[in-house]
Amino acid sequence: MRGVGSAARLRQYLPAIAVFLAAIVVWEIATAGPGRRVLPPPSDIVGAFGENAAQLRKSALATFYESLGGLAIGTFLGVLVALVTSRWASVRGVLLPVAIASSAIPIVAIAPIMNNWFGVLNPLSKMGMAALLVFFPVMINVTRGLVEVSPAATELMRSYASSDAQILFKVRVPNMLPFFFTALKVGTTLAFIGAIVGEFFGGTSDVLGRIVLQSLSGGRFDTAWAGIFLGAAGAIVSYLAVSLAERLVIPWYSSLVAQER
Amino acid sequence: MTTSQGPTEPQPPVSAAVRLAGVEKSFPVRDGTTTVALSGIDLDVAPREFVSLIGPSGCGKSTLLRIVGDLIQPSGGTVQVNGKPAHQARLDRDYGMVFQAPVLFDWRTVEANVRLPLEVMRFSRAERDRRVREMLDLVELGGFLSHYPHQLSGGMQQRVAIARALAFQPALLLMDEPFGALDEMTRERLNAEVLRIWAQTRTTVIFVTHSIPEAVFLSTRVVVMSARPGRITNVVDIDLPQPRTEQTRETERYFELVTEVRESLRGRITSSAARARAEGAIG
Repeated sequence: MRGVGSAARLRQYLPAIAVFLAAIVVWEIATAGPGRRVLPPPSDIVGAFGENAAQLRKSALATFYESLGGLAIGTFLGVLVALVTSRWASVRGVLLPVAIASSAIPIVAIAPIMNNWFGVLNPLSKMGMAALLVFFPVMINVTRGLVEVSPAATELMRSYASSDAQILFKVRVPNMLPFFFTALKVGTTLAFIGAIVGEFFGGTSDVLGRIVLQSLSGGRFDTAWAGIFLGAAGAIVSYLAVSLAERLVIPWYSSLVAQER
Repeated sequence: MTTSQGPTEPQPPVSAAVRLAGVEKSFPVRDGTTTVALSGIDLDVAPREFVSLIGPSGCGKSTLLRIVGDLIQPSGGTVQVNGKPAHQARLDRDYGMVFQAPVLFDWRTVEANVRLPLEVMRFSRAERDRRVREMLDLVELGGFLSHYPHQLSGGMQQRVAIARALAFQPALLLMDEPFGALDEMTRERLNAEVLRIWAQTRTTVIFVTHSIPEAVFLSTRVVVMSARPGRITNVVDIDLPQPRTEQTRETERYFELVTEVRESLRGRITSSAARARAEGAIG
């Protein structure tokens, strides 16, 4: 089963990998000449990794730390608010419009305020940005997962004279988990965006956002791109980690989804 | 194992498993008026009876089943289950319910789905395991313990739902068109299986269906209902001998009873059409 599955998965991803490699080759060729001014060739970017290895590693780890911290805070608050809003319909009526309105806030404008609150050098100011972006999708998805339970399932539990807590833990929470993981996957990318945007507005220098800005002002486009790739790599790694956790926590879900296709 | 409700409990002289007296149900409609879903329902169900409720859609048979199960409150009348109000019976876990959809939880294996009520009711671990195995053997799914619901056919899923409903040995099994979504072959096979389970477990069953052959084959009594307002128009005693087999479906008496139920249904349909005309003339 497993062997067949991974072979099939490899076949599924093979075209994507081929296209990716082809794009790298085309990129390298196209930017060999004066195109270099617009976009550095991949070989230069790889070179930049080598030259600035220590600084890039330190920056990537710092940004990674801010993003994951923000992801954790945003997820925690999102789940907490979702639990409250799903439990009390009246609270839902009050909080949901506020939450939806809050998602309309231009996040970039909040960054200086976060610096004000937590201190520009404090990683919490960047985590706050990441958390702000992560909070909304987590809260909305988890609320839906908790609330959108089939009425028959609730009737069944009532026929057992089960307590509200039993309905929560045996029906609502398991029902919510696929929604939660979907939101968390979106959240991994958002957390990196939030953290890097936060870094643009000042703070310690050894972070990916500052690396990108400083390299650009110094004309080192290859280093800037190295920073961008590290940010992407961080988001991809955390996305994959969430996917793995999803497979472990809700193994039934992937086989259900596979069957419905 | 013996069931918890025994003859030793103090009860009214004639002990009925279910006693409905003057049950009414009306729903408010958007324009401010009310729709009468059920009107003047009187029905006694004796312990170990198998009673089917049959009628056209909208006759309130599923509503009546939910009123018996204390999932819906009646607007009037009384519902007694094993000599107690329906609400107390639900708190005492007297009901096993099977719905038209199996309502199995995707995240639970077959075994864990059957175990659900036992977890809710805090049975000991050993007792849970014993009963889950016993129930899955009863519905002949002993080999599918660790399958997930989506890996089973519709008929198998419904058998899991039946095993789950019986796992805690409820005094009363309430089934709401449990085989309505299944094909005829599967339905007939499961009918025979339900009768075998009923004979083995000796539970009282109230079974909602819109299939006349199913109602006649399964029941000791068929309660015929009509729509608008939902009420009981006839009760047909099914005197087919037990145990019933596939041969029962070919006996003359079976066909007579099917005809009798059909004519009861038709009789109501004609007169409710007449009433609808009369109402149309007034409105």
